[in-house]
Amino acid sequence: MSVNGDPVEILCETQQTLLDCLRDELYLTGTKEGCSTGDCGACSVTLNGRLVCSCLVLGVEANGCDIQTIEGIGSEESLHPLQKTFLEEAALQCGVCTPGFIVAAKALLDEKTDPSEEEIRYWLAGNLCRCTGYDKIIKAVIKAAKIMREENEQRTNRRAR
Amino acid sequence: MSSVRTEELDRLNQETIEEGNRFKVIGTRPIRPDGIDKVTGKANFGADIVLNGMLYGAIHRSPHAHALIKKIDISKALKLEGVKSIITHSDLASLKPTDKNSNVNFFDLARNVLAKDKVLYDGHAIVAVAAISQSIANKAAELIEVEYKVLKPVMDIKTAEKKSSPIIDKNIFTEGLSEPNKKPSNTAKKVEFLLGDPEKTLNEADIVLDRKYSTQTVHQGYIEPHACAASYTKDNQATIWCSSQGAFMVRAYTAKLCGLETSKIKVIPAEIGGGFGGKTTIYLEPLAVKLSQKTGRPVKLVMNRTEVMRATGPTSGGTAHVKLGTDKKGNFIAGLIELKYEAGAFAGSPVGLGCMTAFAPYNLKHVKCTGWDILVNRPKAAAYRAPGAPVAAFAVESAIDEVASILQMDPIELRLKNCATEGTTAPYGVTFDKIGHKECLEAGFKSSHYHKKLKPYQGRGIASGFWFNIGGNSSAEIMINEDGNVTVATGNPDIGGSRASMAMMAAETLGIGMENVKPIVADTESIPYSDLTGGSRVTFATGKAVVEAAMDLIAEMCRRAAKFWKVDPKQVEWTNGNAICIERKDIEPMSMKQIAKIAFKTGGAISGKANINVKKGAGPGFGVHICDVEVDPETGRVTVLRYTAIQDVGKAIHPSYVEGQLQGGAAQGIGWALNEEYVYNKEGNLMNTGFLDYRIPVASDLPMIETILVEVPNSGHPFGVRGVGETPIVPPLAAVANAVSNAIGKRMTNLPLNPIKILSEIG
Ligand code: FES
Ligand code: FES
Repeated sequence: MSVNGDPVEILCETQQTLLDCLRDELYLTGTKEGCSTGDCGACSVTLNGRLVCSCLVLGVEANGCDIQTIEGIGSEESLHPLQKTFLEEAALQCGVCTPGFIVAAKALLDEKTDPSEEEIRYWLAGNLCRCTGYDKIIKAVIKAAKIMREENEQRTNRRAR
Repeated sequence: MSSVRTEELDRLNQETIEEGNRFKVIGTRPIRPDGIDKVTGKANFGADIVLNGMLYGAIHRSPHAHALIKKIDISKALKLEGVKSIITHSDLASLKPTDKNSNVNFFDLARNVLAKDKVLYDGHAIVAVAAISQSIANKAAELIEVEYKVLKPVMDIKTAEKKSSPIIDKNIFTEGLSEPNKKPSNTAKKVEFLLGDPEKTLNEADIVLDRKYSTQTVHQGYIEPHACAASYTKDNQATIWCSSQGAFMVRAYTAKLCGLETSKIKVIPAEIGGGFGGKTTIYLEPLAVKLSQKTGRPVKLVMNRTEVMRATGPTSGGTAHVKLGTDKKGNFIAGLIELKYEAGAFAGSPVGLGCMTAFAPYNLKHVKCTGWDILVNRPKAAAYRAPGAPVAAFAVESAIDEVASILQMDPIELRLKNCATEGTTAPYGVTFDKIGHKECLEAGFKSSHYHKKLKPYQGRGIASGFWFNIGGNSSAEIMINEDGNVTVATGNPDIGGSRASMAMMAAETLGIGMENVKPIVADTESIPYSDLTGGSRVTFATGKAVVEAAMDLIAEMCRRAAKFWKVDPKQVEWTNGNAICIERKDIEPMSMKQIAKIAFKTGGAISGKANINVKKGAGPGFGVHICDVEVDPETGRVTVLRYTAIQDVGKAIHPSYVEGQLQGGAAQGIGWALNEEYVYNKEGNLMNTGFLDYRIPVASDLPMIETILVEVPNSGHPFGVRGVGETPIVPPLAAVANAVSNAIGKRMTNLPLNPIKILSEIG
């Protein structure tokens, strides 16, 4: 399979989930486990572009797939707008839910550039946060969406010129 | 602490209070120093640690709520290939019921982490296994065979109190009775707080509201399950990596349970993925240490969500009986409350704190608070944000709401008439300094939210809340690096942005920028003892230690500058991040960067430190919440339409993270009020062990949570800080219940207010 653009090959036990494979075999521990039953979203990744709970996907099912994890979204030097707005808006307290929220929110913004507050709340309803009460997370996503739209516009304008 | 520093601190304190908001760093909203690691997935939490040669652990747990262990057979598990070691209670240090201090009973703690000869709740740990892989460890745990004599479970307070019910712990005789019990009982303790003559005064009241309330067991619901790794080496030293609310707490408790000297254990704190009080105790660490000791290899133990729900955390469900007497004008004249809290399987619910907080927001001369600590076959109650206070406040604040409607008075006005202010003596004996309850009520009354019109089936609820806030032992050390930047080390795990507030307080005191400060959470061998992160004490007490360490550092930097300039140290002052020579204008001031350069020439590396025990001045926190709900009469579903949390925070160091505390506490309280509860079947098995059935609020359940920060500075802190973390979970239970009651015109007294309960009221 491919993880964050890199070709990787792993051997896993049949019962190991994609989450186990990422964390225990590839040491990509940015993806978190909060429940292992698909209820908390801490393990969110994209599989061939689709948002999934990696605890509900078997490692073997990911064979040949393209996986994106939090480690593939931005870097210390060039943060993704969502990562920036999460920091600016103080959208994290303990931070254990944060990778899942950023991966899930990115999947939303890749699909929909101008979601309403309600759409964001429903899209992220599968991601649990016990610290923040969601307020600042929602604001961070709204702000990131705006930044991304502006960046897009600038890019289109430049191309048009 | 030298007297000079005290004076300097006092001066700083005076100045800061006078200056109001004229700080450079404090009150701004910089990016938190550990932020990038947390948004890029690099931060290491408890379960993220990987060690060479590591084994994986698993735990065999009881399927019964109450049973005697007759026999444990580990032979099948031992035969499984890849299994390296198996331990039971007998592998822990042998302790006696008298092995306890004011915080913790180690005899109980040891029986909680591994059952002794009786299992006391569904999910109680019995055997721990270490194996070469997680799947082998899990399989081995399944192969453990335990023979039980199953006993009748005692699942609720009513059953526990019945004479005919089984006794959970034969060593428990009700403490605090005027006539001691001769027989063991499920009631562990009675506590009482008395002020004046409430019973007599109640008879003189014009209005007496007499009502009973109940709440259910709820869990803190931190998203990160408990996790740790331990390595025991041949030289009898143990190292533990874990996420907890206090590395020194983990060290002390684990040492006791493993029979090791405290100094033989080193605890390295991982990032902590939420705790809310639930990580102020230990479950896994002694097991990992013992398994590592036996195998000679590092062992990692991680709980899954089911284990977290069945065997850790919850806070007590309870009942409350309130009698509130007022005169015709709404002056409170007497208040009585009787609280009964579930302790879980071991004594120690927070009922005493419930009693102390119940009427604390009000000026009452006649009060009686009685509390009962009651054992049931549920997991041992752990601290949960303002432990004990929310249930008591739910009862008292609901009663006040009802009194307001009887008097046809505005509920904020009624509270304003009776609220505690500076000089009020609380029922638990303390006379308040400057506090901000009144200011919060006034801010609530002035808010636009409070005056918004409501439609049918909509209701508004308001409620106040109080938390003591505490001080305690804190240590801080600030080191100047060769480049002139500083490292600020403390011993308190950063659970919600405390690195940011520590760095900001250090930067403000030193007169430098946030970017020049790197805050770290040190391990137990790199910083002197600190109490755990809890009780809303870190920004207050550890913050105070940081400020004192910075003052210590400033004094040393001034001495170094004096030495370099060859002047009397008295002539050197610290202003705006520079050492200046007051008398000699010809000497150029020296910045920290320059002082770092002369460090080696003037006596070696430079650091400042403070180890303090803050006994006074924590500054109580008061909050007022306003909640609007809409009830769907068809389904009974409650939607929270609008929510405002108002709190006296003393001084907000980083306002965003202070707001975050208010919002997070409110959300947890809303969950407690509307959805969350432990559901057991008749046999005492927990039925909702996951987030699917134990439903905490999700993003689509909540509106934006508005906050109003009221700042009545706390004179006990150099910048006026009050603890802020716990107060916000105290008002929401009643704020929501009052809103729902007002929406449907029926008083709701039993939480959670799920659709079934609401439909049965309006149906
Ligand atoms: S760990 Fe996958 S959804 Fe919780
Ligand atoms: S920030 Fe702690 S769970 Fe979201």
